[in-house]
Amino acid sequence: MQDARKSAAKRLEAMGLPQRRDEYWKYTRPDLLTAEKPAAAAIFKHGEGPMFAAIDRLKIVFVDGVYDADLSDDLTLQGVKIWQLCDAPDWAQESYGKLEETGQSPVPRPLATLNTAHATEGVVIHATGESCKPISLIYQRKSDRSDVMMHHIIKLDEGVSLTVLENGAAAARLNTVVEIDVADRAAFHHIRTMGRDHGRVAATHMFARLGAESTFKSFTMTMNGKLTRNEVVMELTGDNATAHVAGVAMGDGEFVHDDTVFITHDAVNCESRQVYKKVLRNGATGVFQGKILVQPDAQKTDGYQMSQSLLLDDNSQYYGKPELEIYADDVLCSHGSTTGAIDDEAMFYLRSRGVEVNEAQDLLILAFLAAAVDEIESEEIADHIRDRLASWLTRRRK
Amino acid sequence: MLNIKNLHVKLEDEDKQILKGVDLEIGAGEVHAIMGPNGSGKSTLSYVLSGRDGYEVTQGSAEMLGEDLLDMDPEERAALGLFLAFQYPVEIPGVGNMTFLRTAVNSQRKLRGEDEMSAGDFLKLVRAKAKDLKIDAEMLKRPVNVGFSGGEKKRNEILQMAVLEPKICILDETDSGLDVDAMKLVAEGVNALRSTGRSFLVITHYQRLLDHIKPDVVHIMADGRMVKSGGPDLALEVENNGYADILAEVG
Repeated sequence: MQDARKSAAKRLEAMGLPQRRDEYWKYTRPDLLTAEKPAAAAIFKHGEGPMFAAIDRLKIVFVDGVYDADLSDDLTLQGVKIWQLCDAPDWAQESYGKLEETGQSPVPRPLATLNTAHATEGVVIHATGESCKPISLIYQRKSDRSDVMMHHIIKLDEGVSLTVLENGAAAARLNTVVEIDVADRAAFHHIRTMGRDHGRVAATHMFARLGAESTFKSFTMTMNGKLTRNEVVMELTGDNATAHVAGVAMGDGEFVHDDTVFITHDAVNCESRQVYKKVLRNGATGVFQGKILVQPDAQKTDGYQMSQSLLLDDNSQYYGKPELEIYADDVLCSHGSTTGAIDDEAMFYLRSRGVEVNEAQDLLILAFLAAAVDEIESEEIADHIRDRLASWLTRRRK
Repeated sequence: MLNIKNLHVKLEDEDKQILKGVDLEIGAGEVHAIMGPNGSGKSTLSYVLSGRDGYEVTQGSAEMLGEDLLDMDPEERAALGLFLAFQYPVEIPGVGNMTFLRTAVNSQRKLRGEDEMSAGDFLKLVRAKAKDLKIDAEMLKRPVNVGFSGGEKKRNEILQMAVLEPKICILDETDSGLDVDAMKLVAEGVNALRSTGRSFLVITHYQRLLDHIKPDVVHIMADGRMVKSGGPDLALEVENNGYADILAEVG
């Protein structure tokens, strides 16, 4: 692993940190992520219970980015082997940084390389059989200036399924990399909520490789946060694989949220689906950069990409950059990107039926978000997410 | 029940007068019909009464049960018992029909200071009313009006009316886009709701709806005013002779 870190440091030196002039950072200023020190971010006391509390899960807790054995459950679970990153087994040491390095093409992702070079905390999860419950990574904060890097390695053997949950704000400044290798016929489910501390900044990267007939489904909910850049870099390498990535972002005021997704189809008859929805108000900014690359041999690809934003006032803004790059001739790819306000007609219809203005607006916002939330397979978790979204909206009623 | 006096309304964004002195009084339990040529202001009247944005009242008044309608938000008017069946019911993707109905029922109750209806009672109520209107369970589950046929949309309007139990129902060209069978079904739904405490204002182009929903009074509207009122026979006169004769007669 030391070699991987050293080589990452060298790669980083060659590529340099992201700059405002980089095309890939055109809509989101990287300054807060690359500054020498993070700005202080107050810890937000939202008064609601913890996420996923009702779900039977194995809890792994990090406090200010450091594994906390006392707060965590015993790291033993049927069908899954779990290590701290510092105790990574040989195979994980070997693969550390590999998917991140592969994911550096066609554009460099220096923050991920920075992470590979310096992260010392994280978990290694190896799903070898059917796990009986989800693994829950919980990020807590005690310091208002914590500057955290975490690097997780997740590997699913053939035919197994695994659910990983992530929640919490983790740090004043967070940089995470998750490398996920999904073998043939395996199924990976991921649900993440990013914590609501208003001042926090975060850059996250998920690098995934999908084998034949495998499934990958990831959903992220972001409420608040000064700056969030979530990148997903995925390669479908085996035939008949399915990948769904979805996210909702709720921004009010000082809020920049950037979803940057790069999906490469490199096998036959694979399906990928991106559904990203953002609700923005009081000057909040949303960014979506999504690309589907279909390689020459990836025939019968079914690619779908939808990114939408709902602007609740004239001060908020949304930048959408949907891209398709297709080299195969027998594919079905579609994308849509929309920006709009609340539909006046629907508003009047609801009010004419007696629904009070704020409630009508919330109902329409939740309806707008529905297609993304519906991507969550577990109805229990989806309901939990819907509740959180509804209460976020309720708190912002005038 | 509803008392409109000398109502003048113009479009907010352009200097165009649509209603030019509408007078209309509807008593409890009465059914009034408004007929009139295109552009006479019929739909505008229904929108102004229900509180849609985009109109400016320049003169006159509209009261319901003694309260000033024009001073209220649309939801307050609804809670008071005003219901508009839309000519073009709005599709709301992502909001289930049941959720929509339940939110409406409970919002109105809240505005009136009443307790919410329990989930069980609500379900029972909706199922019973839906059955009468031949609305199946699947339609109740779908998002509001999304993928509904013209007939289904109008039946859905009547279902809302039945569940919300308003005191005055305005039907804005509810017959438009309906075949004969669908119109009969809708008319039956409306007739089932007729009662001494509930009044109706039926806006239509055609007399045929009034064969099924028998009005007490028929008004002819032209150029932003009621130009003639009479019994059900007036509708037949329109059907037989068109509007031209009547308009010529009233000058």
